[in-house]
Amino acid sequence: MKFRGIPAVISAVAALSAASPAFAVTEISWWHAMAGANNDVVETLAREFNASQSEYRVLPSYKGTYPETLNAGIAAFRAKQPPHVMQVFDVGTGVMMGATGAVKPVAEVLTLGGETFDKSKYLSGITAYYSTPEGVMLSFPYNSSSPILYYNKDHFAKAGLDPEQPPQTWPEVFEAARQIKASGAANCGLTSTWLTWIGLENFSAWNNLQYGTEENGLASTDFQLTFNSPLHVQHFQNLADLAKEEVFRYGGRTSEAKALLISGECSILTESSGGLGDVVNSGMNYGLGSLPYYPEAEGAPQNTIPGGASLWVFAGHSDAEYKGVAEFFKFLSSVEIQSRLHQVSGYLPVTLEAYEATRASGFYEKNPGRETPILQMMGKAPTPNSKGVRAVNLPQLRDIQNEEFERMLAGQQTAQQALDNAATRGNAALQEALGK
Amino acid sequence: MSGRVVFPNKLLPYLLLAPQLAITAVFFYWPASQALKQSMQREDPFGLRTTFVGFANFRRVLADPNYLNSVQVTAVFSLATAFLALALALPLAVMAEKVVRGKGLYRTLLIWPYAVAPAIAGMLWLFLFNPAMGTFSYLLRANGVAWDPLLKDGQAMGLVVAAAAWKQISYNFLFFVAGLQAIPRSLIEAAAIDGASGPKRFRTIVFPLLAPTTFFLLVVNTVYAFFDTFGVIHAVTQGGPGKATETLVYKVYNDGFVNLQLGSSAAQSVILMGVVILLTAIQFRYVERRVHYG
Amino acid sequence: MIGDSRWGIRLAHAILILGIVVVAFPLYYVFIASTHAGPDIVRPPMPLTPGGHLVENYRAAFFEGAANLGGVPVWRLLFNTAVMALGIAVGKIVISITSAYAIVFFRFPGRMVFFWIIFVTLMLPVEVRILPTYKVMVDLNLIDTYTGLILPLIASATATLLFRQFFLTIPGELVEAARIDGAGPFRFFKDILLPLSRSNIAALFVILFIYGWTQYLWPLLMTNRAEMNTIVIALRKMVSFVDHGTPWHIVMATCVLAILPPVLVVVLMQRAFVRGLVETEK
Repeated sequence: MKFRGIPAVISAVAALSAASPAFAVTEISWWHAMAGANNDVVETLAREFNASQSEYRVLPSYKGTYPETLNAGIAAFRAKQPPHVMQVFDVGTGVMMGATGAVKPVAEVLTLGGETFDKSKYLSGITAYYSTPEGVMLSFPYNSSSPILYYNKDHFAKAGLDPEQPPQTWPEVFEAARQIKASGAANCGLTSTWLTWIGLENFSAWNNLQYGTEENGLASTDFQLTFNSPLHVQHFQNLADLAKEEVFRYGGRTSEAKALLISGECSILTESSGGLGDVVNSGMNYGLGSLPYYPEAEGAPQNTIPGGASLWVFAGHSDAEYKGVAEFFKFLSSVEIQSRLHQVSGYLPVTLEAYEATRASGFYEKNPGRETPILQMMGKAPTPNSKGVRAVNLPQLRDIQNEEFERMLAGQQTAQQALDNAATRGNAALQEALGK
Repeated sequence: MSGRVVFPNKLLPYLLLAPQLAITAVFFYWPASQALKQSMQREDPFGLRTTFVGFANFRRVLADPNYLNSVQVTAVFSLATAFLALALALPLAVMAEKVVRGKGLYRTLLIWPYAVAPAIAGMLWLFLFNPAMGTFSYLLRANGVAWDPLLKDGQAMGLVVAAAAWKQISYNFLFFVAGLQAIPRSLIEAAAIDGASGPKRFRTIVFPLLAPTTFFLLVVNTVYAFFDTFGVIHAVTQGGPGKATETLVYKVYNDGFVNLQLGSSAAQSVILMGVVILLTAIQFRYVERRVHYG
Repeated sequence: MIGDSRWGIRLAHAILILGIVVVAFPLYYVFIASTHAGPDIVRPPMPLTPGGHLVENYRAAFFEGAANLGGVPVWRLLFNTAVMALGIAVGKIVISITSAYAIVFFRFPGRMVFFWIIFVTLMLPVEVRILPTYKVMVDLNLIDTYTGLILPLIASATATLLFRQFFLTIPGELVEAARIDGAGPFRFFKDILLPLSRSNIAALFVILFIYGWTQYLWPLLMTNRAEMNTIVIALRKMVSFVDHGTPWHIVMATCVLAILPPVLVVVLMQRAFVRGLVETEK
């Protein structure tokens, strides 16, 4: 009968598609969120690693966007079938750190694999972000980036600005943006991706301002948000005013604004160094500069904090499998791989050795501006304000901030109100997430 | 119903009901009980620590101004979508009844958006009206309209309503055509003989006789806007700007799967289930009456 | 209609054509976009006449789209979606028609209890109970399976209600006559009820096929492995890139591929669909 036949067919098909060959080699599953060109890079890395030895096989699989990947990993953990390695975006760091028992610290994995984990070999700004307060590295930085300034050289020339001199400070940026708009060189002078990560988190670190107490949450999960200081307010009020003059254009909550630079709609963009590939591919005449700062901020420019994603290892697998993971991480951190990733993608190298090798190769002379994100991060020893930002519910905090920023940019509230609300609501959400 | 002729069989009816009951139990009642349980717990995303908190999640949800905002957004969105989809479909149906030539072709061309997934519909509309690259936003801006659905609540709402209503026009069109065909010609002829003009005939005879169809469609469209439009919102606005387009269903998803607040999300599910069951009961009485007396 | 002048008819045609332009325009636009090169699409205004990249884009969507879709070929995604849509349509029709048959044509203890157990779920879509249902699926190990994609979406009473309403309109004399002829419940079902329900079944098939094909939230959560994605999910994943420019020309070609099958079902089954729809839901 029809009725009895269908579920049978369905489960037969399901069984077929679920069957996977798993024999002599130890398989290491790697869930990631890299689409398009970055997905090609992931596939290539896995292929090269698999060809380089015969004991382990890395199986990468794309799980959608960063939040979707995180959710898939969590669901899989709850179903007791977690992958070995999962790529988690920067804001998920707090979530993963809170999951004691669900993750296996990378430092431990590397030790299991017979490696001694030597922190001094890595770029300190990056490792600090992915380590416990005691200094144990929890996850392996895969793609790290830092926000920089992009601008359209043709627009600058048309507006009578020097195309070889990007503005250094925010007041200079605002002036240049107004001049561009007024001269008709472009419809919009300035835009930015990630108002949360760049406009608030990195803004605070770069200008040496406090984002929250307890070293922005790094020293303790229970902390207070304090990003409504006078300079924060001043900066966002400037943006709100420029938005009203239609000099600043809001592009969206994540990377959407990049399209505004590429399409020639806007002239100046603050965006992750990881976005460089698209800008290069577009063929536009672009220039790069450092992230702007406020000259009146004490100690500015300080240092930026990394964004991007790192690789986490789930608990509950066998030692043999962890050895394979360690092998893979060793492969990933080799000078050759790191230099290549850095040079083709715009992401930061993870190890000092890779950075030195790239510099020695003369890459930065040929590609001016490409060293900027590294210098921004390594220039100064971090202060309590600039080590990073960590919260168990950072995705939610950013959601709240975005909502308040959008209301501000739409002219429904002032910068003071927006930041006060974001801090108050954020603090309440944080306390709730901590179970208080 | 007592007077119906039936088959005298003891076991068979249970066997016939079994598949549906089994699926309903496993995929409806079990999850519903899980939702109840989870709505009274506080749990971390990984399920490592769970505590019983009673009705705290419900209290928190109902006291949350964002939840009330979401109720309001849902009401505005659903009614606007239903109204727009009906208002566009009715004239098309009336006109389709008038013409003789090309009737089938018109109908075919008007019903195919019914087959487009809401998520894809949302994407298409975003593609047309996206501030960075949409052709329509370019045209709007070129004509001096400050088009910015990323920041303007009203424009964002307008965009999701348009995308959601667009998809529903076909469905409403079909029902209106059927409703019109059911109106006795003699009535309209009589009115014409009495000298009533076309618009007057429509107002006094056709429209009132279409009332049951319209009411039915209003219910169906509102339910559609309530639940089936997640894809549209997810694709077009993701609930923004601010929380201007965050509907109840979107909020359940966002709180549960993005912000990982499982208890709160489950509590919202339970509340929604309660509301829907209530609506079903009301709707059911109405459907029942129609079967008996209609 | 009576008394309509020639101008009235012309006006009617004009309004209908306008309506079609509004209704069909987004779809036309997608098709046009799918025939242009990537950069031309994102530089507004996009031309409104077909470009010269049709073959190229569709070939890319079919054979090279893989990298953007997590290494899964488009045909696999279309196959998954078809399995899901057909599974839901056939499954729901089968369980609904049998349970409606039991409720209308039999009297047995607990009938009203079962009736309500089923009809409470009438309007409760999967979106509302999504999180707990998801948890059940994890417990049952049904993530990334066709069963998991299909079964939970069958658990609603809409189709059962429609069949019940229709069965109630079948005159008692028919049942009486069948019984006098010695027909049992099976024969009655097969020889009388099924043929009578044909247009209802056809309409439901179209509605449910489209319902299944266009699902979004459920398959988004239920599938972790890229090869179990549906075409709608994969398509959304193509445009949700954060650090990579979306290849719009390929997205648009894939979009057309995703829209085409359900549109064909609606257009080809139009007659039965319209008749059944109007008979059942009215």
